[in-house]
Amino acid sequence: MANSHQLKRVDFIFRNENDWEKVLSKTIKLKPQDIINELISSELKGRGGAGFPTGLKWKLTAEAPSEEKYIICNADEGEPGTFKDREILSKVPYKVLTAMAVCGYVTGAKQGFIYLRGEYKFLEPELNKALDEFQYYCSEIKLDFKITIFMGSGAYICGEETALMESMEGKRGEPRNKPPYPTLRGFKGKPTVINNVETLAHTYTIFNYGAKKFYDLGVQYSRGTKLFSVSGDTPKPGIYELELGMSLQDFVYEFGDGDTKAVQVGGASGFLVPRKKFKDAAIGFKGKLTGISLPTGGSMMLFNSSRSMFNVLDNYLDFFREESCGQCTPCRVGCQQLLLGIKAVKRGEKPASYLDKLLRLTETMQLTAKCGLGQSVANSFSSIVENFREEMIY
Amino acid sequence: MNSTPLLIKELADKYGRKRESLLPIMQAIVEQEKYLSEYSMAEIAREIDVPASEVYGTATFYSFIETQPAGKNIIRICKTITCAMKGKNQVLFAIQDMLKIKLGETTPDKKFTLLETNCLGWCHKAPAMLINNEVYTELTPEKVREILSDYMKQNGQI
Repeated sequence: MANSHQLKRVDFIFRNENDWEKVLSKTIKLKPQDIINELISSELKGRGGAGFPTGLKWKLTAEAPSEEKYIICNADEGEPGTFKDREILSKVPYKVLTAMAVCGYVTGAKQGFIYLRGEYKFLEPELNKALDEFQYYCSEIKLDFKITIFMGSGAYICGEETALMESMEGKRGEPRNKPPYPTLRGFKGKPTVINNVETLAHTYTIFNYGAKKFYDLGVQYSRGTKLFSVSGDTPKPGIYELELGMSLQDFVYEFGDGDTKAVQVGGASGFLVPRKKFKDAAIGFKGKLTGISLPTGGSMMLFNSSRSMFNVLDNYLDFFREESCGQCTPCRVGCQQLLLGIKAVKRGEKPASYLDKLLRLTETMQLTAKCGLGQSVANSFSSIVENFREEMIY
Repeated sequence: MNSTPLLIKELADKYGRKRESLLPIMQAIVEQEKYLSEYSMAEIAREIDVPASEVYGTATFYSFIETQPAGKNIIRICKTITCAMKGKNQVLFAIQDMLKIKLGETTPDKKFTLLETNCLGWCHKAPAMLINNEVYTELTPEKVREILSDYMKQNGQI
């Protein structure tokens, strides 16, 4: 555990995908119910960060009564510090396409979309080439499933699943109220499975090697592996597939530069963990037996002691202020006021105690903002202000 | 400008005259004309039968749908945390110095527009920027000067 300093490297996601035709034809010979059961027993949870059980999502959509259903691959990877989905789509695109087609078979959907962020437009030609070949094979095995690419246009919020659907419908990317959830009413009001790129790639691993192989990795409540995007003050930035449940201490031992002051886990919407808490923190879904459970989107940004945490928070808040869709007041006004607030404290125009007022504001945002963006600003704000209060003031 | 209604008609034929076609149509116009004018928005509204206010509302939501005239090459430099830590400002100053424009401006010859953008997803190779759809990573002032002079050569400026 914490004293072993051993991170287990795993290689499933980027392992060769040459067998995709075999995996596809083999899997769609199974009964939909059996595929769903296999996914449920693997305990795979969504890898975009929210962690909804994937098998259950497919099951709910399969059971939703509708002639028309959709499968969406969420490739609007915008969280600061994540870049794994781009790597999956450029290195093993057939895995994602195969998983989407299987999902279509299981749920009864005939149409799939890849919502690709505008920043990744350069991937489009290669991806279309893969799609052509994939589509040709589908027609050969008489599988009625069509995938098209839908390009985003530079909006972080469109990674939120209902905002993404609004965007595909030609509207402003403003999140919807939930419920109803997309499994019942998604794209164009029809039952929709929307999965992160990496989640789909993991389902391919499960189709190929079976649920048990996946389940045996990771820890209780956090099964399987995860891609981690490592950046910041580290001698080896990049993308690494690791088992879930690792301690942050071990992670820093492996990836730190010897002077790691804090790690931002889960991107700007995640938490900043200071050095003194590394040993108590583990990366996994809530429900782990001990310690702090950290978000699992896979963004790991390391900061060494040369970095000012004020600058870090200032950068995040500027990001949120720009990317807030503006629909609900707590998020729109909250992000602006937080940014103005920390600057005022830094300049001495407001007393240090003003930080406590700002912390209460983030609590309000967490309770009242409509979607995950506004609700999660509190995560980084409170974890930075509470752990590095003196850096906010002096 | 007279070719715009024709372009919009072609795009509507290609993507369909429905609300879901709005974003692909707008993206294609920005690709061709570098920005979406209010005139284009009104034309799209007429062509696909959506209120002009809705087209405007959607267009102005997305940061990659330019609604102001822009240069032939749009430079978007990432300003999010890791790029900021790894020397984005030095790269930005090098660009400003070379093109003689500030952030948000377009060169008088309409060849370059300089913008900042949020996380491009290249944090492990920071700092990063986009020129149109091309990605450039691990930038330094020297490297960015080389990249820009290549673009200038293409434009016949040197």
